[in-house]
Amino acid sequence: MSDEHLVPPGARFVGTREVGTAEGFVDTPEHDLGLSSPRGKQRRSEWVQLLLEALHYRVTQVGLAMFLLIVTLVVVGPYVAPHSPFEFVTDPYAKPSAIAWLGGDCLGRDVLSRVLCGGRSVLILSFSATAIGMVLGVSTGLVAGYARTVVSEVIMRGLDVLLAFPQIVFVLLLISVLGPQRWLLVLGVGVTLAPPIGRVVYGTTMNVKEGDFVLAAESLGVSHLEIISSEILPNIVSPLMVEFGLNLTFAIGTIASLSFLGFGMQPPAPDWGLMINENRVGLVIQPYSVLVPTALIAILAIGANLVTDGVAHAMIGLERDTGSA
Amino acid sequence: MLSPVLKIILRRLAFGLLTLVVISVLVFAATQALPGDTATAILGKSATPERVKVLEKQLGLDRPLYEQYFSWVAGILRGDFGNSLVGTMLPVTQMIGRRLMNTLALMLIAALIDVPTALVLGSLSGRFRDGLFDGFVSVGSLTFAALPTFVIGIMLILAFATQILQILPAVSRIEPDASVWSQMDLLWLPALTLALASAPFAVRMLRGSMIEVLESDYVQMARLKGTPERLVLQRHALPNAIVPFIQVVALDLAWMIGGVVTVEYLFNFPGIGALLVSAVSDRDVPVIQALVLLIASAYVVFNLVADILTILVTPRLRTGLQ
Repeated sequence: MSDEHLVPPGARFVGTREVGTAEGFVDTPEHDLGLSSPRGKQRRSEWVQLLLEALHYRVTQVGLAMFLLIVTLVVVGPYVAPHSPFEFVTDPYAKPSAIAWLGGDCLGRDVLSRVLCGGRSVLILSFSATAIGMVLGVSTGLVAGYARTVVSEVIMRGLDVLLAFPQIVFVLLLISVLGPQRWLLVLGVGVTLAPPIGRVVYGTTMNVKEGDFVLAAESLGVSHLEIISSEILPNIVSPLMVEFGLNLTFAIGTIASLSFLGFGMQPPAPDWGLMINENRVGLVIQPYSVLVPTALIAILAIGANLVTDGVAHAMIGLERDTGSA
Repeated sequence: MLSPVLKIILRRLAFGLLTLVVISVLVFAATQALPGDTATAILGKSATPERVKVLEKQLGLDRPLYEQYFSWVAGILRGDFGNSLVGTMLPVTQMIGRRLMNTLALMLIAALIDVPTALVLGSLSGRFRDGLFDGFVSVGSLTFAALPTFVIGIMLILAFATQILQILPAVSRIEPDASVWSQMDLLWLPALTLALASAPFAVRMLRGSMIEVLESDYVQMARLKGTPERLVLQRHALPNAIVPFIQVVALDLAWMIGGVVTVEYLFNFPGIGALLVSAVSDRDVPVIQALVLLIASAYVVFNLVADILTILVTPRLRTGLQ
């Protein structure tokens, strides 16, 4: 029982269910078989509904505000920075002054400008890593859960082996071989995120596959691909959204940690994690050069986690309302 | 005659062993077979091809890969991980020995802080679910679960070692030859960082299990019989809630093994995590191999122990098999 996941791998039906259709199937979801209603619309309304529901929770609102604050800062920051992040404008570890509002860093560069320009990498890299993890996890989990043969066993055991490495150690192993490349960071973190996602999708897929509507579709000769995309995927959209949020939070943590260790962006690039590492010697004289990037990483990670928690609550709430119990 | 419980445990053990073998192959393949060229790494880019050839022969790098793998594994089983490629070229085992003890001491203290705290917070917030206390704990654990470990560490340094209070040292300058235990004041901040970083998972797990147990049929039944609430908790709820607790301790330790890397680097703590970071910077292959293998094995073992203990103490699992 891994509690990193608020949602245990298990049945999570949020989809609307319609009972007794003309074909005589019991318990058939509306979007079944792709025969009638436009599938895409159905699927979208489901996750939009979940997000709207989540916005009713205070925790989501606070989290979203924190997250958007950082995103805005990252997008707008480079345009409003008073200096170039590479320019030496003051003395090393200079106190805040009219030239450098947050003081100087270890080499006398403007801390404010470097902070304003230094968030892009952690945001982009962790989003990409999460996307890779989701794609890998969902595809392996779907195949394993759907096939239910030796293949599933091999895939799931493979994921277990990956789980035997603490995330950061696995990425460090890759970096030790190929050096601190940005694509390697994204790929490495993505791969380490995949196994838990794979497990959740595997469990959910197995449960959904037991459903009558899948049996019905199978007996009608609908292709496997069609069944996966029209019957199974819509049913795992909600747990996947929670997974995305959780993994984004993990990815932010791991990417920031790797930058802090010196294996992310390389100097002289402005990057929050790297800034903390570069300036921590001067922590006593010039705390802002460490404090500000630390606080921004914290706000970003906490914001992502709070939103995720809100979505998870909304999902459980919606389930209760639709009375799938 | 094997009892079913024993059989299932043996199967878990066998799978754990298999995982370790696969990991060793992965670690070996990653560090040996992929482009990082060891001989050139030692001699530097300017080395002549002849010198590289000679060194490869000395290191046994000219042999087929599977032979290299088996002699590497045979060495490990004898406790020989080879020599470091950097600096003093010490035997890897010698480099790791003392540092491993330091890391274990760090993890132990962290666990002693975080497990009892999590037990109290988790079961109380489960018991008084959705109350003010539960909300407070929930926001706290969401916050600390999200924070990268080094961010927690920096915040603690700012609070206790530099800006606000100055009662603890910001950097652990542990004397390598003296015992860690005689230098406790250097251990507090790194241990507290690790504990704060891993507590949220334990808290949520214990809260969840408390809620599950309190809502179970047997607890409802005991209440309906008119058993006093204190006895319900003592006799029915706690023995069942203890199951995930054991799991929590093992998983907590497993989780910390990953966390020590950034914590040790941040506090300059002389343990295996900081050693791994510098080995990766230096591309010191034998040290990386040994440490990754060690960390992954510990991770597997802790998870295995968690599983087996769970099987042993869960009445449902124990009797359901017979």
